[in-house]
Amino acid sequence: MLKLLFKTWFLCLALAFGGQAFAQTASSDLFNQLGKANFADAEKIVVELAKSGDTKIVPALEALGAGDLYLRKEDGKVFVAKGSGATLTLTDPASGEAAGEAPKGALTKIKVNNTLRRAINSALGGLTLMSPDKATRLSAAQAVIKSPSGEMLALLETALAAESDAGVRKVMEEARAVSLMSSDRPLEDKKTAIQTIREIGGRDAIGILRAALPAADASLKPDIEKAITGIEDSLKLWDMGQNVVYGLSLGSVLLLAAIGLAITFGVMGVINMAHGEMVMIGAYSTFIVQDVIRTHAPGLFDWSLAIALPVAFVITGAVGFAIERGVIRFLYGRPLETLLATWGISLILQQTVRSIFGPTNREVGNPSWMSGSFQLGGLAITSNRLWIIAFSMAVFLALLVLLKRSSFGLMMRAVTQNRRMASSMGIRTPWVDAFTFALGSGIAGLAGVALSQIDNVSPNLGQSYIIDSFMVVVFGGVGNLWGTLVGALSLGILNKFLEPYVGAVLGKILVLVLIILFIQKRPRGLFALKGRAVES
Amino acid sequence: MSLKIKLSGALLAAAMSATALSGAFAAEDTIKIGVLHSLSGTMAISETTLKDAVLMLVEEQNKKGGVLGKKLEAVVVDPASDWPLFAEKARDLIAKDKVSAVFGCWTSSSRKSVLPVFEELNSILFYPVQYEGEESSRNIFYTGAAPNQQAIPAVDYLLEEEGVKRFVLEGTDYVYPRTTNKILEAYLISKGIPKEDILINYTPFGFSDWQTEVAKIKEFGSAGKKAAVVSTVNGDANVPFYKELGNQGIKATDIPVVAFSVGEEELAGLDTKPLVGHLAAWNYFQSVEADANAEFIKTWHAYTKNDKRVTNDPMEATFIGFNAWVKAVEAAGTTETDKVLDSLIGVSVPNLSGGYSTVMPNHHITKPVLIGEIQEDGQFSIVKQTAQVVGDEWSDFLPDSKDLISDWRAPMSCGNFNVAAGKCGGKGK
Repeated sequence: MLKLLFKTWFLCLALAFGGQAFAQTASSDLFNQLGKANFADAEKIVVELAKSGDTKIVPALEALGAGDLYLRKEDGKVFVAKGSGATLTLTDPASGEAAGEAPKGALTKIKVNNTLRRAINSALGGLTLMSPDKATRLSAAQAVIKSPSGEMLALLETALAAESDAGVRKVMEEARAVSLMSSDRPLEDKKTAIQTIREIGGRDAIGILRAALPAADASLKPDIEKAITGIEDSLKLWDMGQNVVYGLSLGSVLLLAAIGLAITFGVMGVINMAHGEMVMIGAYSTFIVQDVIRTHAPGLFDWSLAIALPVAFVITGAVGFAIERGVIRFLYGRPLETLLATWGISLILQQTVRSIFGPTNREVGNPSWMSGSFQLGGLAITSNRLWIIAFSMAVFLALLVLLKRSSFGLMMRAVTQNRRMASSMGIRTPWVDAFTFALGSGIAGLAGVALSQIDNVSPNLGQSYIIDSFMVVVFGGVGNLWGTLVGALSLGILNKFLEPYVGAVLGKILVLVLIILFIQKRPRGLFALKGRAVES
Repeated sequence: MSLKIKLSGALLAAAMSATALSGAFAAEDTIKIGVLHSLSGTMAISETTLKDAVLMLVEEQNKKGGVLGKKLEAVVVDPASDWPLFAEKARDLIAKDKVSAVFGCWTSSSRKSVLPVFEELNSILFYPVQYEGEESSRNIFYTGAAPNQQAIPAVDYLLEEEGVKRFVLEGTDYVYPRTTNKILEAYLISKGIPKEDILINYTPFGFSDWQTEVAKIKEFGSAGKKAAVVSTVNGDANVPFYKELGNQGIKATDIPVVAFSVGEEELAGLDTKPLVGHLAAWNYFQSVEADANAEFIKTWHAYTKNDKRVTNDPMEATFIGFNAWVKAVEAAGTTETDKVLDSLIGVSVPNLSGGYSTVMPNHHITKPVLIGEIQEDGQFSIVKQTAQVVGDEWSDFLPDSKDLISDWRAPMSCGNFNVAAGKCGGKGK
């Protein structure tokens, strides 16, 4: 430790007197020390490296964060090593020059932990503030906001003076304000800084202000507190909106899971306990499609979900068709037996999938356009949820059009409303039954594709949705698609408004109790079917 | 006629004695052990691997000549993730199949379900999973981690290395997270963390919609103090939890999550890029650099004929339990339960992190605690390794159990000896 301090002190001296070449040997020496340092020492070395202000070491620091910095065992020198396979290409960390190759076995990876990673990020933030690339400058400014320090201030101000892009300027101003709070600048400057931070808004700003509060000058405290309450007040409103967004997204997941059941259970009256397994098979279809794409056409990965949709629809539709022809058609009018038989089928399907794919989860990747989140005012919206909302609405509308506008839909409605009359009109009712069941199963398969993006792809996937699906269909009104839509969305939103107050466990129980009470009042759900179908 | 009957009777008798003889001969020839892991139902996801691990260990042991000169024979049953069925299958294994020891169970519920069966029929169970403690049975050996071998060192790491000041204790709503969180809360308060800086939250089994919970964590983390999540979220709910963390942009450098139920196996179903830096605490990681571990992984890949199959902590616990049993049986010279129970205590066998694990008188074992950070390749980078820790069955941080100890050696032979009262039995008081 002492040795290190001494060395650093010496290096600082060297830096002060020496030129470029000197600086380079200095940082190359520091890099070599990284090889043997523990996490705490490594952090100090990174801070030291950042002080050099030498932008040449940026790739090496990035490599350290990404785990690409290695120690060569034979001479204890540190290199950036990249490449796949047994041999890695080496680069000198200080100069960025190529340094030959080495087999993987001759190198030891330099480990990083979160504390060190934070130090690296803040070092990189300082070093890349003047980068010619706009995006790099932006992320540098954001890194400074994450780990503010008074020492950054001078650097930030130089960067600000040179900055031409308005967007980056704004973030840099914010970074400057944040750094100012932990500097020894006059109180007047700090007061304006508090205002700037307040304008950033959001939880991060509250965090920054709260962190600054204990050490702040007494005259500043009221200002800070006012800013915090100001942000909190505006957040309260946004929180309501956020709950609605969460509720919509949960509702759309429920809708997706339930809409297939709305056909098989709602329209046909089959208590289909294997519905969840159709969702599961749909998710596994996505896995197969992605697996094929990964090995044969990696470039198509972003399209994998679009390709998986028809595949999943056909596979689960075919399975549904086979189940109807093989089992269910013998059991019409005997709900209890249908329940037991489909439950048996669900167990068989689960175990079959478990035998083929193994009991462990399968990895289904998110295409790039479904990852991450964005801000809409004070709302944080995650992309995959947004797509699922859009997708569930699209499926719902497509199904509605199919039922109301196509001849198959007409036959389907005719058969469910009055089977004998439909049969007399020349409709082959057994085949309509089979295709209706296949349609319901196929839609469950589509749901599986979507759910593979947010849930486990495991043989148990379906089980967690079956209860919720029945709940939605019964609550919405059996046999009515609009009922399913309204039911799913209102249950989703209700759940999300209850959750923050009573917790997830109690929230779920309360929802269930409310539904039971509701069914007592209206046994046929929100939208009860009227007419002949009701009597049968 | 009568002669015929007599003859056939004699033949039958001869045949019967022959089968009896061959039966006896077969029983002499092999030693049976039971494997009681769910191969279907919700827990199959975790337990199937352990069944494979036991079968591999049996095969390896037989290659070395078996135990006491006899071959081992594994009897595999499927309790189908159904807790009462665990007890029935355990009874079958012990009473019908006459197994000498059983390796099995995952959830605490299944262990609680079989415990009376093992005590009644006097057999031995090796339980390989981390659990909440607060139990010690004469017939069970706990080779997984007790809370002090996993949870407490993990929190220490957060306090010391990450400088965390605010804790979210997030768990699935059942006995293991509830007890562990109770212990952790008491521990954190003893470390000077004020109560308002600890948020305890539970979610149901298989919870998949984490939006509100993650938002709550984010809000709790914006108090100007470094925050972290200690997660006892169970198996299936983890994938959506981590996906939501990634999507809401919570990085390990902002709010690290340290998990007690997430290992290599769970990460296999996950894109780990957004998770780099989140932590897990175990007694073993596949990435441990030790010769014993390299050998074990090689054998495992050869046995499963799949060099992508990962290894994990409960597998190591099974490995330790199995080897301890083999050593104890060889030392006792018999598979008789009482003698093996006596000789198991004090047995020391190599673990996979390069050291030795010893079976203690409280039927728990010694092992080091490792803290690992998730890497892009789904493996863990070990950032801290402690010295050997002795499993503590009765937590020192719960008022009910701090006076209790367990020692199964004669003359004490007690699972809940009250030090304050100086006598065996009863919780607390």
